Amino acid sequence: MFTQQLINGITVGGIYALIALGYTMVYGILKIVNFAHGDVFMVGSFLGLLFVQNAGMPIYIAYPAAMLVTAAVGVVIERVCYRPIRIKGTDALSILIAALGVSIFLENFAQLVWGTGTHAYVQEIKEKNYEFGNINLSNIQIGVIVLCVLLMAALYFVVNKTKIGVAMRATSQSITSAQLMGINTEMVIAATFGVGSALACVAGVLVGTYYDAVYPLVGYSYGLKAFAAAILGGIGSIPGAMLGGFLIGIVETLGSAYISAGYKDAFAFGILILVLIIRPSGLLGKKHVDKV
Amino acid sequence: MQSIIIDLFQKPGQYKKVAGFILVALLAAFPYIYFNNYYLHIAILVGIFVILSLSLNLITGFTGQLCLGHAAFYGVGAYVGALLMKNLQMNFFLALIVSFLVTGLFGLLLGIPTLRLRGDYLAIVTLGFGEIVRLVFINWEEVTNGPMGLRSIPAPSIMGFVLKERYMFYYLILIMVLLVLFLMNRLINSGFGMAMQTIKADEIAAESIGIYPVKYKLIAFILSSGLAGVAGCFYASYVSYISPTTFVYNTSVTILAMVVLGGLGSLAGSVIGAAVLTLIPEVLRFISDYRMLLFGALMVLMMIFKPEGFWGVSKRVKNIYKLKAGRRHHERDIKSQ
Repeated sequence: MFTQQLINGITVGGIYALIALGYTMVYGILKIVNFAHGDVFMVGSFLGLLFVQNAGMPIYIAYPAAMLVTAAVGVVIERVCYRPIRIKGTDALSILIAALGVSIFLENFAQLVWGTGTHAYVQEIKEKNYEFGNINLSNIQIGVIVLCVLLMAALYFVVNKTKIGVAMRATSQSITSAQLMGINTEMVIAATFGVGSALACVAGVLVGTYYDAVYPLVGYSYGLKAFAAAILGGIGSIPGAMLGGFLIGIVETLGSAYISAGYKDAFAFGILILVLIIRPSGLLGKKHVDKV
Repeated sequence: MQSIIIDLFQKPGQYKKVAGFILVALLAAFPYIYFNNYYLHIAILVGIFVILSLSLNLITGFTGQLCLGHAAFYGVGAYVGALLMKNLQMNFFLALIVSFLVTGLFGLLLGIPTLRLRGDYLAIVTLGFGEIVRLVFINWEEVTNGPMGLRSIPAPSIMGFVLKERYMFYYLILIMVLLVLFLMNRLINSGFGMAMQTIKADEIAAESIGIYPVKYKLIAFILSSGLAGVAGCFYASYVSYISPTTFVYNTSVTILAMVVLGGLGSLAGSVIGAAVLTLIPEVLRFISDYRMLLFGALMVLMMIFKPEGFWGVSKRVKNIYKLKAGRRHHERDIKSQ
């Protein structure tokens, strides 16, 4: 029973971690919270469904295509909505409000296009269950966990070993200095939004496949919990977002199994508040010191 | 329009006083000019949101601490008020005070650990608090009646006179709004308010001139959350039915949008923001399907082209220059005499 719940928690946690990465990468570079990210995740999920069901593509073409389009959506949001505010140099609160505006826009756009109801998701992959003793594992669950771990490893490699990764890390330390070193920071920012949105699209497709459901307001609860995961791990830290995502998934699943199912969503925020009181910079975050 | 009321309190100038009185008189006469329950209902909602956005402005606009769970305080105030009036038959005005105290206490408990830290921790913790409060409303069925909500909350009564007509609620909220505006104006122009605004401008600089930021932030947050509780208590008594769906994250965001679009750190801005954002969805009803879509787009456009809000700093800076110019003329006049 416990091991079973733990595995369920890891599955959900992996999905949270994928979304949390988008929050944490954007925060690391621009120091803004992109509150529209949860809705980008929803758009990604719907695009996956659209490409398979309406365009009739096989999933190995449809899902990468959905990832590309979602990445483009993320980049366009940054270009059209955040960049003009950023360039004016107004405070972070303006961008936050703009992000909330984008979030309202996307949610209502999705409701206009796809209706307010719940859609069944693509079932191209037949669900199979494997029994290991008294633990029940489905092939979808295994797929979700493996995919999450693979994508995170790939991201970790890109950020730490490639040229664009170095540029990203430099930009996150200081945009001005990075520009002086000849880094095209606008390109780096666009790439960050693109990668973050593509990961959110994967998470969207995984949620759709795992729960067999997608609806226009799905981004709200996943977005909030992924945001909590990013904070928990230390916002701005990529390994932190992964750790935070898994932790929140596990705590939430165990909490709803052993304590109360009604308070499922409260556990994530309860643990978040507790951690922030004890360690304000998050589990893996750097301590921030204000200098005069 | 309503901003003139605040100018009345803020700036010298006789014509503004006259205009302010005319406006208050017009607002007072409103139920007689437009006696229509729908218009009155919208006006009362505007009043509730004016109190909510003013209270949020106190902590976010004047003290510079972002709060993303204001709907939770609104909800706690509504439930506390409703339970007291319904189960204990408590008088409305007494319930109003208890709501203020209880929500203020929640503000204190949340504020103590978070307001010591710099940065956006209050935002995150209040966001989490908002979600937890919503789930408690849904799950604590013995007290809150779960998702069904609380029904038949009694209307306020003054000495046995029951306020059951809509226009009576209108006058009650009008008096409450004017009172809150008056008190807020006194507060922000007092030494305490100056300290708050110094903390917003620069916390370290404030500390260096002997202002202890935690104390001021904490008191501002307690007042802010308590005031939201008062608005909640009024709301519960007005609609006589409350359910968890009212006090959700979206409501917090709407209140924040009112404060920011109106102008951070401006009382008149909060009034205008609350009025405009309550009216926009009503005015846009003829394109009902697209109204929230437009609303989102408007929020983004506003932040791109006019980030200081309808009544933001730039407007007030201009006013200061005007005042200074006026004073110079005045001094020259005195010298020439």
